[in-house]
Amino acid sequence: MNLGLIFDIAKLLLLARWRQTLVAAIGVTFGVTMFIALLGFMNGLNDLLDSLVMNRVPHVRLYNEIKVNPVQPVNLAFQNKKIHNFISSVKAARIREDIRNSAEIMKKVNSDSRVLGVTPRLTTQVFFKSGTINISGVINGIEAEKEISLFHFNQYVINGNPLDLKHRSNSIILGKGLADQLLIAVGDVVDVTTPSGNQFPLKVVGFYQSGLNDVDKVQSYASVLTVQKLMAKSGNYITTIQIKLKDIKQAPQVAKEYARLFHVDAEDIQKASSEFETGSFVRSLISYAVGITLLTVAGFGIFNILNMMIYEKMDTIAILKAVGFSGKDVNRIFLIIALFIGIAGGGTGLLFGFLLSLVIDQVPFRTTAFPTVTTYPVNYNLFFYAIAACFSLFTTYFAGWFPARKASKVDPVVIIRGK
Amino acid sequence: MDKVILECRAINKSFYDPVEFQVLKNISLKINQGEFISIVGRSGCGKSTLLYILSTMDTNYQGDLLINDELVTNQSEGELARIRNQKIGFVFQFHYLINEFTVLRNVMLPALKLAKFSKEEIEFRAMEKLKLVGVDQLALKSANLLSGGEKQRVAIARALVNDPAIIMGDEPTGNLDSRNAQMVFDIFKELAESYHQTLLIVTHNQSFAKNSERIIEIVDGRVVN
Repeated sequence: MNLGLIFDIAKLLLLARWRQTLVAAIGVTFGVTMFIALLGFMNGLNDLLDSLVMNRVPHVRLYNEIKVNPVQPVNLAFQNKKIHNFISSVKAARIREDIRNSAEIMKKVNSDSRVLGVTPRLTTQVFFKSGTINISGVINGIEAEKEISLFHFNQYVINGNPLDLKHRSNSIILGKGLADQLLIAVGDVVDVTTPSGNQFPLKVVGFYQSGLNDVDKVQSYASVLTVQKLMAKSGNYITTIQIKLKDIKQAPQVAKEYARLFHVDAEDIQKASSEFETGSFVRSLISYAVGITLLTVAGFGIFNILNMMIYEKMDTIAILKAVGFSGKDVNRIFLIIALFIGIAGGGTGLLFGFLLSLVIDQVPFRTTAFPTVTTYPVNYNLFFYAIAACFSLFTTYFAGWFPARKASKVDPVVIIRGK
Repeated sequence: MDKVILECRAINKSFYDPVEFQVLKNISLKINQGEFISIVGRSGCGKSTLLYILSTMDTNYQGDLLINDELVTNQSEGELARIRNQKIGFVFQFHYLINEFTVLRNVMLPALKLAKFSKEEIEFRAMEKLKLVGVDQLALKSANLLSGGEKQRVAIARALVNDPAIIMGDEPTGNLDSRNAQMVFDIFKELAESYHQTLLIVTHNQSFAKNSERIIEIVDGRVVN
C-alpha cells in the first residue's frame, strides 16, 4: 500500500541529508570491506597452514607398531592362580615391520567407497656418505604418481621432476637441508649405506623442501622398488599404507575399522594432528569476531545518523502525520532509509572487499616454508560474502529500527504547537 | 437541515505537567456543513488544545468526538491517520511545508497518500487548488524559496486537495503581515461562500473573527457563547 510514495519520501530525506547518509554508508562499506578482506586473508592463511600438514598427512595410516604382545605366555600360565610372576622388562621380539599381505589389503581398501586413494610407503634408515663422514637419514619409498595426486608431493619438490623417481631406476630426491649438508647438486650421485651394511650409489634427481627444516635435513625419497632393493626385500614388502578419504571426518571410524579388519595398527589424522584444527578454529573465530565488531560499529553510526535525521526532520514527520500518514508509514520511511544505507554500503563493501582481497593476493609473500607460494594466500569463499551481506542488512535494520520506532511515535501536536 | 460535520460531546482534558490543570471543561459543540467558524479566546484558554482534539491528532482526552456522525474516539492510530487524510485539511500557524519538496508535490502529498486517483489526476487537481489560492505560477518552485504568505496559501491548497469535510486552522494568519493575512482571510471567505467549505479557525485576530459567520469564544476551558 502506497509503497511507492513511501519510497519517494525516504529518497527525499536521504537526498536532503546526503552527506550524513554517505558517511553512514561509508561506515558500512568499511565494515564489510574489512570483514571480507580479513576473513578471506585469515582463511587463506589457515588453508595454507592446514595444507602444510593436512595435505601431506594421510587421513588413515596403517602400519605395524613395534610393541610387546599383550598376550604373554607367562600370564596365561598363571592366570587365575594366586601366584605372582617376577618377569619384568618384557621386550618385543620377532615383530614384523612390514604389513602382512599388503597387496591384498591395498586392493580391499581401494574398493572401499569412502576411500579416495591409497598408496604404499616403505621407510628405512640409511647413512649418506659425504667424504669420510656419514650423515644419517631416512629414505621413504613411495609411488610418485599416487603421492602427487593424493598428497601434493610435487609441490615440495624443487629443482627436479618427482616423476623421475619412477622413470629412472636407482634415483633419489634428497631433502634440501640434507643436500646442502652433503654439498650435492641435482645430477650428482650419492652413496648410501643401508643398516645391513650394503653400499648403494643413487642418482639425485631433485630436492625436497617441506618447509620444516628438521624434516628436510633427514628425509629423502626414492621409489618403493629402489628402497626394496636397498633393503634386500621382496616386491611386496611395505611398512606403511597411506589412505586418503573422501571425507576427512570419517577418519577415526575408518581407522578403527581397518585396525580390526586387517590386524594392523591404524592412526587417523585427527589423532595425529589435532592441534592444527584447534589453531584454525581459533583463527577463524578471531577474524569473525573482529569482522562482526566492525559491522556493529558501523551499525551504531547508522543509528546515530538516523537519530540526528529524525531530530532535524521533526517538522516533516509532524506534517506527514498531520496530513494523514500513520505511525506505521513513518516507521517504514525510516526503515527504508536504514536499509538503503545498508544495501548501498554493504554492496559497495562486498565489491571493495573483493578488490582488497585481490590486492592482498598480489602482495609478495616468500617463505622457505612454502616453496610454491609467492603471494599472500586469500580464500574467496562465497560464504564470507553471504555472511557479510546478511550481517550488514541485519545490523542496519536494527540500527534503523529504534530511530524509526521513535519517529513513528513522534506526537505531531507537540511539534506543531511547540513553535 | 444542515448536516452536522463534526460533533463533540462533553470533552474534558487535563494537563498533568507540571501540576494537574484542567484545560477543557465539558465542551460540547456541533459544527454544520458549510459553516465558517472562528474560535477565539485568550492565550492559554484551551482553544488550540480543543482544535487538536477535534483534528484527531490529540487522542488524550475524555469525551466523544464524532466526524460525519461516526465516533472517532478510541479509534486506532492508523484509522485516525486515515480519517485525517480523507476528511480533515489542516493549516498551521507556521505554514509547515516540506521544504525539500516542490510546491506542487507538497500539495499532492495528502492525495498521493489517499491514492484515490491516478497520479496525473492528482497533479491536475493539485494545480486547480493552487490556482484557487492564486499561487499556481509557483508550482514547480522548491517550497523553501517561497515567502510566508505564499507558503500559507500553498498550505491551504494542500489542505483542500482531498476535498475534506472540514478545514481546520491554528492561527493561520498569526505569523503574517496584515496584507497577507487579509489575502488568506479572503481565500477562506471565498471557500466558505463559493464552495460551502466548512472552516474551523482558531484565531487571535479580532477582525478575522468578526468577519466569520460564527464565533466560539472560550474562556478558561469553557465555551461561553
